Amino acid sequence: MQNFPDTLAHSIGLIFSGDPQLWAVVLLSLKVSLIAVVASGLIGLPLGALLAVGRFRGRQAIIVFLNALMGLPPVVVGLVVYLMLSNNGPLGVFQLLYTPTAMIIAQTILVTPIVAALTRQLLESLNAEYSEQLRSFGVTGFASIPTLLWDGRFGLSTALLAGFGRAIAEVGAVIIVGGNINHVTRTMTTSIALETSRGNLELALALGTILVLTAILVNAAVTIVGMPARRVENG
Amino acid sequence: MMPILVKNLTFQVGRQRLVDLTSLEILAGGPTLILGPNGAGKSLFIRLLHGIIEPTSGTILFNGRVARQQFRRHQAMVFQKPVLLRRSVAANVAYALKVHGVTGRENTRQVDKYLELGGLSNHAKQSARSLSGGEQQRLALVRALACTPQVLFLDEPTSSLDPAASDSIETLISNAENLGTKIIMITHDLALAQRLAKDVIFMQNGQMDEHALAEKFFRSPASASAQAFLASKFTPSSEINGQN
Repeated sequence: MQNFPDTLAHSIGLIFSGDPQLWAVVLLSLKVSLIAVVASGLIGLPLGALLAVGRFRGRQAIIVFLNALMGLPPVVVGLVVYLMLSNNGPLGVFQLLYTPTAMIIAQTILVTPIVAALTRQLLESLNAEYSEQLRSFGVTGFASIPTLLWDGRFGLSTALLAGFGRAIAEVGAVIIVGGNINHVTRTMTTSIALETSRGNLELALALGTILVLTAILVNAAVTIVGMPARRVENG
Repeated sequence: MMPILVKNLTFQVGRQRLVDLTSLEILAGGPTLILGPNGAGKSLFIRLLHGIIEPTSGTILFNGRVARQQFRRHQAMVFQKPVLLRRSVAANVAYALKVHGVTGRENTRQVDKYLELGGLSNHAKQSARSLSGGEQQRLALVRALACTPQVLFLDEPTSSLDPAASDSIETLISNAENLGTKIIMITHDLALAQRLAKDVIFMQNGQMDEHALAEKFFRSPASASAQAFLASKFTPSSEINGQN
């Protein structure tokens, strides 16, 4: 077994070597996670906003349920999606098992509750602050949602980042529904698990380094892009 | 839009009746000032008039018709603590205009006009929340005026401002009134009330104890509660400050 400095040095060399196998895995991971986050945003943002603004029977129960779903065990989600997509499952006809689409579905199920619950929490406090003024403008009920989403956009970007973090780091669900097939459904996390078990620590560490850097870069990009607008928002 | 007629208006929380007005008519013309001690129900009353809270019972008629959503579009309100959107100064005014159907170049033109009116042109791109207290209240007021309201409700707009900032708010209110906007305002500043008011509504314990022309009210209030209120307010120091 190699020592850590040697492994690290080799892994960094591997990153800069432009190894096509490594970068294919990285690109697939980013693609799957980004699409899952976009899908979760499209579902979670309006859902969270509806729960923040709406007052209807059963609302509190839905909020409790949604908060509970934030801690969904990925392997259970993977198992349920597997059963749904397998040949005998209700969605088996679409033949999606062991495809990137199956991984996107699993990640979307995991990320949507996070985005929706955080959106609900953020917009509920913003609505408490704005509601009288918006009613005074004649903007009432669900009509206030676009204003709340826009004015809460920087807080919401954090919710989406949290979702992205969950998606890109996820391994349990994607390995069940994706199958970790080389060049098809192998992502950074599943590769790290596989290569570590094989003893190929350079590749595992190279992917791990890229995974951490990706999380840092995405956070930095969102912060930098939003900085001028955030100054206008908060003074 | 005018007059405003209030009939058997109540607002109740649990078993406690916080507003209870049998009958009131607010006529067009000069500003109507609402006075009364803390907890009299003044803020609740103008929120009911403006329609941002629903009464427990009773009706509010504008020009003989029951006030509904569409009437709110002809009204505006400035709160004691201004609620500014998390946007720039200009964007706050632009939002109010857009909600009232003013878009495109006309929106930009109107934003410039109202920011100039409020003396805020130099702060247009600044965060609304970074303004001083007086500037924030001026922004809230010009944003309300940008909606060209027929009725403007003001809930203690000068309560936390220094004299200079209060003066600029008073000037804006007078300008709006001169342009035909009906002002309905709550204040604890009796000097301001005496300068601006055409008529005064005096409230206590959620009820209207008196509604009279301002001159008569300040000279010889009819209700014992108003007499006691004015006596407590007109202290020797307030007379020195020109409140009498």
